[in-house]
Parts: sequence; structure tokens; C-alpha cells
Amino acid sequence: MSGDVCIVGIGIHPFGRTDGVSGLDQGVNAVRSALADAGLEWPDVQFAYGGSDSAGNPDTMVERLGLTGVQFINVRNGCAAGGSALFSAQMAIKSGEFEIGMAVGFDKHPRGAFNALPSEYNLPEWYGDAGYMITTQFFANKITRYMHEYGISQTSLARVANKAFRNAVHADHAWRREPVDIQTILDAPLVSDPYTKYMFCSPAEGGVALILASEKKARELGKPLIRLKSATMRTRPPGSFEVFAPSIDIGGGKASATRIAAADAFRLAGIGPEDIDVAQLQDTEAGAEIMHMAENGFCTDGDQEAWLAEGRTEIRGALPVNTDGGCLACGEPIGASGLRQVYENVVQLRGDGGGRQVPGNPKTAYTHVYGAPGVSAVTILER
Amino acid sequence: MQVTRHAIADGLFTDEAQPRLIGGQDRDSGRIVFPCPPGDRFAPVPLSRTGTLWSWTIQRYRPKSPPYTGPEAFRPWPVAYVELPGEVIVEARLTNVEFDAITIGMPLELTLIPLDPDAAEPVLIHAFQPAGTEA
Repeated sequence: MSGDVCIVGIGIHPFGRTDGVSGLDQGVNAVRSALADAGLEWPDVQFAYGGSDSAGNPDTMVERLGLTGVQFINVRNGCAAGGSALFSAQMAIKSGEFEIGMAVGFDKHPRGAFNALPSEYNLPEWYGDAGYMITTQFFANKITRYMHEYGISQTSLARVANKAFRNAVHADHAWRREPVDIQTILDAPLVSDPYTKYMFCSPAEGGVALILASEKKARELGKPLIRLKSATMRTRPPGSFEVFAPSIDIGGGKASATRIAAADAFRLAGIGPEDIDVAQLQDTEAGAEIMHMAENGFCTDGDQEAWLAEGRTEIRGALPVNTDGGCLACGEPIGASGLRQVYENVVQLRGDGGGRQVPGNPKTAYTHVYGAPGVSAVTILER
Repeated sequence: MQVTRHAIADGLFTDEAQPRLIGGQDRDSGRIVFPCPPGDRFAPVPLSRTGTLWSWTIQRYRPKSPPYTGPEAFRPWPVAYVELPGEVIVEARLTNVEFDAITIGMPLELTLIPLDPDAAEPVLIHAFQPAGTEA
């Protein structure tokens, strides 16, 4: 096909806790906002991909939105569900089959940690019986090793969390919008060493919808052209260290789904990390943002210590990262999280960020989402 | 033998006075994983009883049940990855060690511990302790 796939409408239901509103209805709310933003009606949408992990089947949205007979595919891909939905949606337009479609994600999780079951991850029952089916154990082990190898301090972890809450003050859709100082973050109770409670995000609720169109349709709609230059989704390579791993290969832990998804995304977009103006990187915990800075190619392993001390990832820094507070401040509704990142990037590229707007009219924006049991999705947008 | 009668699962460690974890070796590539997956592709192999600490954290809240089947009473425990030289890095609890004495690279040896220390006939899970710890 000629031209790029463009994002012509965005909608979000605030993240956090919304008692009395189902996850599905938060998604429906986001869809209606996105349609209004695009100047379209539901019957204009030719197809949809929807992600939800624990709030029901996304295709049941048609009961609220209208029984138009639309083709609607449910996506379940761990924390990368939203990114995977978007990847699939853009392929449907790229193929030339459709001109207008939707990627939507929503979720609503019970309070407390995610309670995954071994049978869902090809693991033996004893692994869960003994208390290993816990994502926080993996993330803490991964950062402990990384800090040891590359000289990252716990203060750097606190700087990431501190930045998230400061950025979120200006994001209407964020959950935790109170600044927390670095010392408070460091002195808070440990959840899984070296992470204190402020360094982990929490399972949450929320919904996001994106309307995609062919470039031709986008021009007809008269919207600013936000081009989806690439959207990639990859699974884990050999030697990677992933959530719920009972063992790792010797010498492993460095390869990752993120590295290959990122490399693919840059190759398809024809630009490099140095060309990116703003990035949303998966930060389910503070160390994830640090490690993902390197895994996505923005710096080398260990450089993050200086990057954070010098404020290079601040909104006014060289590479603003997680401008809406990321998962740390927004919480994580699994199905919606990856699409929130893209939503935020569209806001930034349109210049609508208000108090969190990246200065200098950013032209390129990057998202990365990572999920169990070792999947990553990346997008690159260009204005 | 008394030890294996209460193992949390069959095929996880050997029935020896000094038990060893049982890994699985890919018959084609030689790659070793833990635990040994079902099927013909992996051959069961006993793993080294000793290794070094690769990484660690402390589990500081009680995991949700299901799937966790440990005691209601909760005491924090270390979860580590232990490198068995030339074989594989395995996830395991640490035991018989003060939290502030845990360091990457420390020599460790395998032991079996009860999932619920207060149970009359507790199931046993694998753990590593500092090498040379008195039984």
C-alpha cells in the first residue's frame, strides 16, 4: 500500500481505581472518546483488535457500541497485549484490506499482586505451590544482577520513581499524582529488595482506544498526520531471563525480546535511537525503565547512572522518558498499558501535553512494552 | 527414603543422602534446563550440589493462594538464582543465611527445607545455603 498507517483518534479512561465501572465500560468510554477525537462514528470502524487480561473478552464491547457486525479479535499477550493489538491493527491496514480500524485495551485487576497460575505458563504445579509465581521476584532478581554488573545505585532507582510521580502531576489520566521525594522513596518499606514500595507499579484499572487509518483516509479526515512508522512485537530469544524462569542459561540474562523488537522497529522506521525525541518505556518497576533504556538502544549498560544524575530523561532533558509518569504513576491495567504509552506519545506529538509537554515540537516518539512470559512490543511514531 | 517421601514433586531432586536437583539436558543441543521438562527431548541429569549466587531478592509479602500452598504465617525468605558451573542457573530459595550477609558470588550448596516448618509432615522444597553450613 502507499503511505503510512496513521493514528487519527485517541481516547483514554483515567487509570487507577474507578469503583462501580467495569473494565469493559472503561474501554467503551475510551472508544467513544477516540471516535469523537477522530470525528468518526462507530459504524465507520471496519475492524478492531482488543486486549484485556482479566476484565472479560473485548469483543463483547459491541453490545455497548453497536451490533455493526464488525470484525473484532481478542488479544491476550501478557503486559504486551495492548502493543500486540496495535501491531495487529496496523497490519490489517498495511495489507490494504481495511482503511479504518481500532486498537483498544482495558483492564480491571483485584488489589494486590497479580496471581498468575503455573498452568497458564507451561510450568509445573510445584512452582506455584512453593511461592515462585510472583512477578516481583523476577524483576527484583533481574535488577539486582544488573546493578551488580553495571554499577547502578539504589539512588538511581529512586530517581526514576521520583520523576514518574513528578511527571504525573500534569497528566489527567494518571493515578498517583503526588510528588514523592527521593529520600521518602528510599526509606519506604522494601517489597522485594532492592525495590521499595514506591519503586513498583500496582495492578490497576483503565482503558485506551486508538483509531487507525490509512494515510489517504487520515488526509480526508483532516487530522494532523501522526504516522506509525513501525510497530513490532517479538518473543524471547535463547539465553534471555524472563518472568517465571525456573532456570537461566549460563551466560544468559542479556538477550531479550526487547532488544530484537527494538532493533526491528528502528530498521523498519529507518531511524536510530539518537533520532527519538520522546520515549515511553515499560517501567513496571523503577529498574525496568533503567534496563529498558539500554535494551532499546538509547544508552549503553551502566550509562544510566550518569543519565539519571544529569536529568537527561526529564521532560526538559535530551530524551524525556515516561512523560505521563509511566506505569509507576499510572498503575498497570494489563490490557491497556501498552496503548496508554502510544496515547501519551500522540498527545506529545500533537503538542497537547500541557504541563508535561516536551518542549521543541517533538517529531518522533517511541514506545516499548514488555510482558510475561517474555514478549515485547515497540512502536515508533513520527509527525 | 524419608527425604523424598515428602518431596513437593516427583523428579525434582534425587533420592540420595546428599540429594541433587534433576535438570533436563536437551538431547540435541546439550543445553541444560531446570526442572526436567516432560517428554523425550530432554534427558534427566543430576546437577551439581554446589554453585555460586548469581542474583537474589527477598520475598517480603505472603504470595497469594492459589497457587501458593505454604503456611498462613509469613516470614520473609530470600529467592535467588544460583549458578551451577558449566550447567545452568537455577532459581531457589536461600536458607541458613542472614539477609545482610547475602552477596553475589558467594559459594552455596543444595539442601532441602520444609515448605511449612511447623507442619507435622511438611513437604520439602529445594534451597541453597552457604557452603559448609553445619546441618
